[in-house]
Order: sequence, then structure tokens, then C-alpha cells
Amino acid sequence: MVETFIMQAFNGISLSSILFLAAVGLAVTFGLMHIINMAHGEFIMVGAYTAYVVQNAFAGAGAAFGLYVPVALVLSFAVAALVGAVVEKLIVSRLYGRVADSLLVTWGLSLVLQQLARSIFGSPNVGVTVPGYMEGSLMIGDIALPYTRIWILVIALLCLLALYLFMFRTRFGRTVRAVMQNRPTAAALGVNTRRVDSVTFALGSGLAGLAGCALTWIGLVGPSLGQNYITQAFMTVVVGGVGSVFGSVFGAGFIGIGQSIFEFLTDASLGQALIFLAVIVLLQFRPKGIFSVSSRSLEDE
Amino acid sequence: MAKQGHARPLPAQPCPTRRAFVGAAAGALGLAALGASGCAQSALAEAAAGADPGAQPASQAAADVTADEVKVGIMHSLSGTMAMSESSVRDAEMLAIEEINAAGGVLGRRIEPVVEDGASDNATFAEKAEKLLMSDHVATVFGCWTSASRKAVLPVFERYNGLLWYPVQYEGMESSKNIFYVGAAPNQQIVPAVTYLAEHYGPRIFLLGSDYVFPRTANTVIKAQAADAGFEIVGEEYTPMGHTDYATVINKIRAAHPDFVFNTLNGDSNVSFFKQLRDSGITPDDCMTCSVSVAEEEVAGIGAAYLEGHMTSWNYYETTDTPENHAFVQAFKERYGQNRVTDDPIEAGYCAVHLWAAACEKAGSFEVDDVRAAAGGVTFQAPEGAMTIDGENQHLYKTVRIGRVNADGLIDEEWASDEPLKPDPYLKGYPWAAGLS
Amino acid sequence: METLLSNKTQRNRLVLAAAIFICLAVVPAVLPMFRTTLIARFMCYAIVALGLDMIWGYTGIMSLGHGVYFGLGAYCMAMYLKLAASGGGLPDFMQWSGFDALPAWWAPFANPAFAFAMVVLVPVVVSVVVGLLTFLHNIKGVYFSILSQALALIMSVLLVGSQQYTGGSNGLTDFDTILGAPLSSPVTEVVLYYVTLVALIAVFALCFFLVNRRIGKIFMAIRDSENRVRFTGYNTAVFKVFVYAFSAAVAGVAGALYVSQVGIITPAEVGVAPSIEMVVWVAVGGRGTLVGAVIGALLTSGVETFASETFPDLWNYVLGLVCIVVVLFLPGGLMDLPRVPARIRAWLARSRFGAPQGGARLTPAMAAEEGVSVGAALAEEDYAEPAYRDAGGDEAGGDPLAPTAASGLDEKGGPR
Repeated sequence: MVETFIMQAFNGISLSSILFLAAVGLAVTFGLMHIINMAHGEFIMVGAYTAYVVQNAFAGAGAAFGLYVPVALVLSFAVAALVGAVVEKLIVSRLYGRVADSLLVTWGLSLVLQQLARSIFGSPNVGVTVPGYMEGSLMIGDIALPYTRIWILVIALLCLLALYLFMFRTRFGRTVRAVMQNRPTAAALGVNTRRVDSVTFALGSGLAGLAGCALTWIGLVGPSLGQNYITQAFMTVVVGGVGSVFGSVFGAGFIGIGQSIFEFLTDASLGQALIFLAVIVLLQFRPKGIFSVSSRSLEDE
Repeated sequence: MAKQGHARPLPAQPCPTRRAFVGAAAGALGLAALGASGCAQSALAEAAAGADPGAQPASQAAADVTADEVKVGIMHSLSGTMAMSESSVRDAEMLAIEEINAAGGVLGRRIEPVVEDGASDNATFAEKAEKLLMSDHVATVFGCWTSASRKAVLPVFERYNGLLWYPVQYEGMESSKNIFYVGAAPNQQIVPAVTYLAEHYGPRIFLLGSDYVFPRTANTVIKAQAADAGFEIVGEEYTPMGHTDYATVINKIRAAHPDFVFNTLNGDSNVSFFKQLRDSGITPDDCMTCSVSVAEEEVAGIGAAYLEGHMTSWNYYETTDTPENHAFVQAFKERYGQNRVTDDPIEAGYCAVHLWAAACEKAGSFEVDDVRAAAGGVTFQAPEGAMTIDGENQHLYKTVRIGRVNADGLIDEEWASDEPLKPDPYLKGYPWAAGLS
Repeated sequence: METLLSNKTQRNRLVLAAAIFICLAVVPAVLPMFRTTLIARFMCYAIVALGLDMIWGYTGIMSLGHGVYFGLGAYCMAMYLKLAASGGGLPDFMQWSGFDALPAWWAPFANPAFAFAMVVLVPVVVSVVVGLLTFLHNIKGVYFSILSQALALIMSVLLVGSQQYTGGSNGLTDFDTILGAPLSSPVTEVVLYYVTLVALIAVFALCFFLVNRRIGKIFMAIRDSENRVRFTGYNTAVFKVFVYAFSAAVAGVAGALYVSQVGIITPAEVGVAPSIEMVVWVAVGGRGTLVGAVIGALLTSGVETFASETFPDLWNYVLGLVCIVVVLFLPGGLMDLPRVPARIRAWLARSRFGAPQGGARLTPAMAAEEGVSVGAALAEEDYAEPAYRDAGGDEAGGDPLAPTAASGLDEKGGPR
């Protein structure tokens, strides 16, 4: 009984870390640019397919197969960031300030990207296997903690740390925060907001790609991958408070742990409905999320 | 638009919409006159005919057969979540059509396929079914995968007296005279699988399925069967379609200590479930699973390593050892690539086309009523062995095969029924199922 | 965006709408039955689009969950049709879900009058509850959109999860008669077609009536600057709840008409993706213009059907690209098309005289930073000047109430 409880607690934390990875890129782009990126899920998909391609390249490498994981992590980030940069240049840059339009255009983009994945890799899911050192579970007595989930937790924590260092310890991070807080003033003080936007969007997309790579270890790799995570990612961002990276940590924790508890007590369908109801109730008290930045401006989005 | 209140007045120009309006009105009236006078195809004309009690009912699908060509519909999801499974069935059906055409066609006519995308959406399926029957005038349709899509098109086929060949195993409790069920009925897949697993692994069963009609109905059957045979249901869980996190479900399985998990998860969810099951350290030795919706193609998408040693129940495997199957597998791979696999629904789709062709040849006609009347007893030497249409309920006699996934991602047969079983969609042959239908 | 237009534009749009309705009225005489029912389905979409346009195009609230109300109306109707089909007996799906008696809340739906009333009432009640909870707590903008999206997800999950009551993912299908008339008879189909057309025209007229009244001006004022409306003494939440409930009722009616003609409703029709698609119709046609919403719904669904019949493997590209191109380059939707030549001329003139691109021209991004609404930003090319004046309105003291109120009444800010 105690084992079940501890494992369930770990499940909640693990689900939170997955949600955090899936949502943090969204929190960054959303907070900075007020762009609702419905294609965020497809950037996750891009990362996942990148991991698949890298794995296939390493398939004949024998003992070196295990090395594919770090390579795939780096490349997933890079490829998704590149796709993000292109999308930003071609599409998103024309949409600043048009929140509703950004949502519709990126929704169209997500249709195109899904179909593109279908055309390139075929409709059926593709298989990704984890290397030997990530198989199985860490056993503590009767408690089994899967290594893949531990790794995802570690990657999520590293992401959080890296993002913290980037945002609060680098010059560029400072300008990003400045633009987030007050775009016209930052621009007036000489910040190149266009450049900040494109770099940040690429960064957010790259984080989605990283999430995609990590998700291949526990879930499917297929054209519909992104759709399975997008709504939860949005909820995570909204609960945490738009634009706050630490808000999305909280949001992920709230939804991840909450859903695990509800699902354990009831069933998966009801659990999902209950956690979203809980989110709606929560937003009654904090309409802008838990970590909303209080602002004096009257008309913030 | 917008805030033009204080804007300058619009420049005076001839009013384009006015002209459009006049044009549209004139055009519409002209078309109306045309429709009312001659066009017997129009909806109004049809309604007028229908209102006359003496007239023939106009809404009957009539196959459009020319001297050298017969049209058939292929209706599967080529986009959306179900595309991953259904597009391969489409491929198999196209292969069968090519084979038949190469051998001279049906009743001397070349088969011309009309492909439609159901887009994983049931209303779209209903729309496309109507289009195929009433607009393309196809002789028959091969299509659908999910029970929901079949239920959606069933009224359309019954209403217009069309013919659908359904290639997937399903939950039973249905027998429409406008559908031929080429997949397994419950007594040809689920019931024998539960019996086999309970005998070999123990009587404690955990039921896991996606939250939709097939798993829920299948599990209702299994519960009745278990109550009769003295098996114990130690847990029952349903997860929404597209569910990705199975840690909690696995934790529940662990706590329930079942002898085996009877898995009716559909599509994508299997990937997450099996990956997470193995990573949590549960092997087939600890807890066996038996899946009825995981075939070779799904195994490839999950990764063979995750499924090795788990069991499945189907009527056909790529490894099934018949001369027909060797030829079929070879032809499929030559046509679509050596890395492709065949599996039960793919084979069923392939057989459906051949069965229809055989029934047409026997009937000497493409008319739905003639084909239906002739279909009973039609046999096709299928890759899975002899397949015979049961004229009574339009299901097929099929051999049950319990198999185990091997390291290559193929499935090795472990047990098979001695002969093709008679289909029993309402489980009338089982006393314990009396209350179900 | 409508009332401030010149009478001429207003009249042109009405004429255009009338032309469309006439064409629709002729359809059954020209097209075969299959195409006629298809167009009837598109008209149901057009009705939803009108309701959505009221809340989004006119009031500026983007709801990504209107599939919920469409679905509620459709399910209420489907329950009646299902009971009519099972002839007083238990619907088939309940039999195989192990029920032996009809659940009490299903029984009244056997009465068509009750069911038809519920088609409107259930969406209204649900939307009023949701609206009160959200708008009274001042949840707006993006937050409302995502919240409404979660609502659509909850709805479809619950519908799937309670198979014994709702038919699960199969939904409700296999109907037989409506008010005693067989659904499969061509006469019934044609009658239903015209009922749908009449409903479309009626909803259009109702929307037109509303937007040209005082209440319509308040909707638009809320869209353009909600705070100013609040400071002038209006309780905006009440208006928002009203327009939300109105559009929900309209969606419910559309759902009921849809299900009686298409013959099936499933949770897939009420989920997240169809809800977004509804918004796409409005965007493609032209938000803030009633006729635009109708055109958008008819045309988008038409193109989608045509593309999926012609290129079954590739049609998602078509839909996605249409969505991208229209929203990106025609922010006012297809209703903006007549202004394209003028824009090109203006653009050519600018480049010929070598005027600096970013000079007198207000870019959308800048417009947003200045707090100009989307509508104003759209008008930038032709009406850059008024847009600017608007943006600076507050500071210039154009509205004496606004600046002081802005600093005083901010929720969290307190006195500066």
C-alpha cells in the first residue's frame, strides 16, 4: 500500500515534468509575444521525428547505439529551433499584436505540418527504442521508478536551470525580460525587439523539440503526437500565469499531480475532466494564473 | 471597416454588389427553370416523385456499370488519428483490385476504385458514404475501421440499399443486411482468447481499454463469460482516446495482481501503454497481456522490443503458413516496399475485394440484392486459409489464432482453432451471453 | 465594424446576403439530393458562424468552445430522434450497455416539444453559468479562449466516458422519423432543407437587428475598448453574458438542424478541433460582418469537401494553406477583397514616390503596442490617420473620463 502511494506520488511528479517540458516553450513565446502558437504541438512532433531519424542513423552502430540519446537531444533542439526560426520569419513576424489571428494561422500551420509528417514518414507511427542504460526501473524494495521517467525529470530540471541562467544571468536574457515587461520602453531604450522576438521564438520551439525527443521514450512517435499534448500544455501555461517560467513549473505541478490523484481515485476519463474543472475553478480566483505579473497598465492582454 | 466613423466618405463608384445581386438572381432563376423543367436528378424533382405514392422510391443506389468498367468505393481515414491504421488497409484493397484487373476484371469489367477520405471523423464517413452511393454510383464500398464509423455509415447503406465490406474485428451485436463483416466476431477472437489465457496463465483478469464502444462492449461480454467460467475480474480501466500517460493505470495493475491483462486499447494509446509498462519493470513473465487491437503494423510503431513475449489474438498473422499467404506477403511488399508488414485487417481488406468479386461472379450481376443472395457459401482461398461467407448473418467463417510477438516484431502462432469457426455475432451459442443482446 | 460604415457599404452587404439566400433557395431545384443535403449541412455551419461572429467579430470575445453548444443542441435533438426511432423501447446502445430501463432524464425527450425547447434552453443555461463564472471574474482575452477550449475538451471526454447515456464515441445515430415523417423520404429532406434556410435567414435578420441597435453598438464598444464602456457606467459583464448565451442558443439550433439532416452526432463533432474550425469560418469570411460569416462557413466547408473529394491524401494542405493565407494577407477575410485593388494602388503609389516604409504607415505591430484594436490595425493602409488619432485619443484628452479612470480604477495597480 505504501509502495503504491509512493509510486503514485512519483507518477504525479513525473507527469508534471513531462507537462513542464511540453509547456515551457509555449510559456516563453506566449509571454513575450502574446502569440498563441497552436503549432507548438507540431514543434514537439518535429523534435520526436528528429530523434527517430537520429536513432535510425545509429542503428548500425552496435555498442555506440547508446550515444544516440545525447546526439538526438541536441539535434531535436536544433532542428525544431530552426523550423521555429523559419516559421517566425515567414509567418509569426507578421502577426505581432494580432492574438486571435496568430491562433488561426498557427492552427492552419499545424494542419500543414501534420500532413507533411504523414507525407514524409507515412501515416503509421514509427518505433523508437531506448538504449540499454535507460531500460527498466530503479528498484527500491518493491518500489519501481522507471529510468526513462527519471531521465525526463532530470532533463526538465536541467532545462529549468538553463532557462533561469539564460534569463537572469545573461545580458540577452535581461533584454528578453525587458521586452516582456514593457515592449515600447525597451524598444525606446535601444533594444532590437525584432531580434529578441525571433531568437526567443526559436528558443521556445527548440524547447518543444527537446520535449519531443524526451517523449519518444515513453510515448508514440507519429503525426498526431503534438495534438495529444497541446491542450494540456495550454492549460499548464494558463494556470501558471502567462510569461512566467516558474509559473509553468507550478502549472505543470498542479495539473500533473492533480491529474494523477484524480485518475487514481476515479478513472482516466473522469480524472482528465476533473482536473480541467479544477483549473476552471482555480481561474475564478486568479483569472490571470497563479504567477501573473501584476501590471498597472489598464489594457493588458 | 473598423473605425471609419471619422474617416472620409468612400469614393463614389458603381455598386459591384448590386450587379452581383442582379446577376445571381438572374442566374438562380435560370437554373431553377432548368431544374424544374428537365433535370430529373434534382432534389426537388426527387421529392415530387417521392410524394407520388405510386412512384418507385427514387432514393435507391443504382450501380453505374458500363460495358467495360465497374466503380467501387474505397473509404478509409487517410488523415487524422486513424490514418495510421486505415491507410494500409486502403493499400491492400487497391492491391486486390489491381490483381483482379490484371486477371481480367469482374464479369469482364475492369474495377475502377473511387477513393474517399473519412478523415477519422464519423460524420465525414456518413457524408462520403452517401456521396459514393448517390453521386458516384459505386457497386460496393470497402471501408471503415472504427465501430463508430461503421455505426455512422450503417443507416446510409441501409437507406440506399448499398453494400459495405467492413475489414476489422469488432464487438458483435450487429448484423445488417447491407454490411459484410470480414473481420472477426467476438466468438472468433475475444471469447477463445480469454479462455486460452485463463487456462494458461490463471483466472485473475484485468480489463484495460480505450473509452469507446468496442472495448466497453467487449468487456461486457468478457465479464459475462468470466462470471460463467469462474474467472475473476480484478480491475477494469478505460482511458480516453489519445491518452498518453499510463503510469497511474500501471500502478493500479500492479496493485491488483492480475494473472493477465486483457487489452482492448486502440491505436496510439498502445504505444504509451507498452513502453511505460516495460519501463516500470513489468515483463510478460510478471504479468501477461493479450491484445486484440495490436497487430504487426502497430507492433512496428511501438517497437518490437517493448512487445516481445506478449500475446495477441487474431485470425491471421504475416507468419501464417499457407501458400496463398506467401504469395500475398510477397506481392504486398513488392508493391509497397520491403519494410511494410501485413496484418489481420490488411489481409481482411484484401480478402474483402476478392470475396466481393467472387460473389459477383456467382451472381452474374453487380446488383446489391443479387450479390447478397449469391454471397452465402462463397469461399475464397485467403492467406489465412479458406474463408466462407455465412449467408445467415453475413459474417465469415474464420480460424482463431492466438500468437506471441517475437523479437522481429512479427507474431508467431501459438494456438489455432482446428477449423474455421462459425461466426456468432450475438453469441447465441453461449448460454451465459443470453442477457447481453 | 458595421454600424460605422457608410450606408452604401451597409446596403451592398445586405444585397450580397440576399443574393446568397436566393441562390440557396434555388439549390434543391438544381442539385441532386446528395448535394442538397450537403449544402444544408453547410447552412447549419453558417448559422453557427453567425452566432460566433456576434461574440467574436462584434464583441471581441474569441470562444474556442462553441462546439459544446452546437453539440448540446444536437444531442438534445438526437435524443428525441433516437427515442422516436426505438418506438418507445430502449435505444439499442443502452441495451448493450446493460440498461433495462430508460434513465429518468431521457424520458421527457420523447416529447418533441420538450426536446425542441431543450435545444435552445440547455445551451443557454450552460452558457449563462459559464459566462457568469468567467465574465464576472473578468476572465478575458486569451484566458477566456483557452478556458473555452478546455470546456470543449471536457465535454467530449464526458460524452465518450458515459457511453450508457450518450452512446459513447459512436454517438447517437440510426434515426428513423421526425415528427412522424420518415427522415429518408426525399420530401422530408427537402422540407428540412428549407427549414434550415429559413432558420439561417431568421438568425441573420436577428443578428442584423441586434447589431444595428444600441446593444450592438455596446458590443462593438466592448470589443474596441471595454474599459471605456465600463467607465461610462455599463456593466459589461451582463452584455457579454447575453451575447455569449445568444450565440450559444444559435449554435444549439444549428446543431439540432444538423443532426436531423446528417443523421449522426458524435463527440468528435463537439471537440476542440471542430470548435476551432468554426472560428476559422468566421475569420475566412470576414469577422465583424454578418454576411462574411455566412460566406466563410459556406465557402470553407465547400472548399474542404471539394478538396477532400479531389485529393483525398492531400486536402489537409489545402485547408491549412487557405487558413494561413487568408488570415495572414486578408485580415478582414474575404469581405476585404473589394479593397485589395485600392491597397495595391496605395502600395504602388508609396513605392513609386519612395516614401519610407515605416514612416507614415502604421504597422500592425506598432498598432498593437499603441493599443489600437485589431480592427483599427486592419484599416491601417487606408485610414492610417484616424487610427493614429484613435490610438492617441486617451492621452490627447479626447475622452475626459478615460485617463483619470485608467489610473484610478485599475484592478491591481492602485493609485499611481
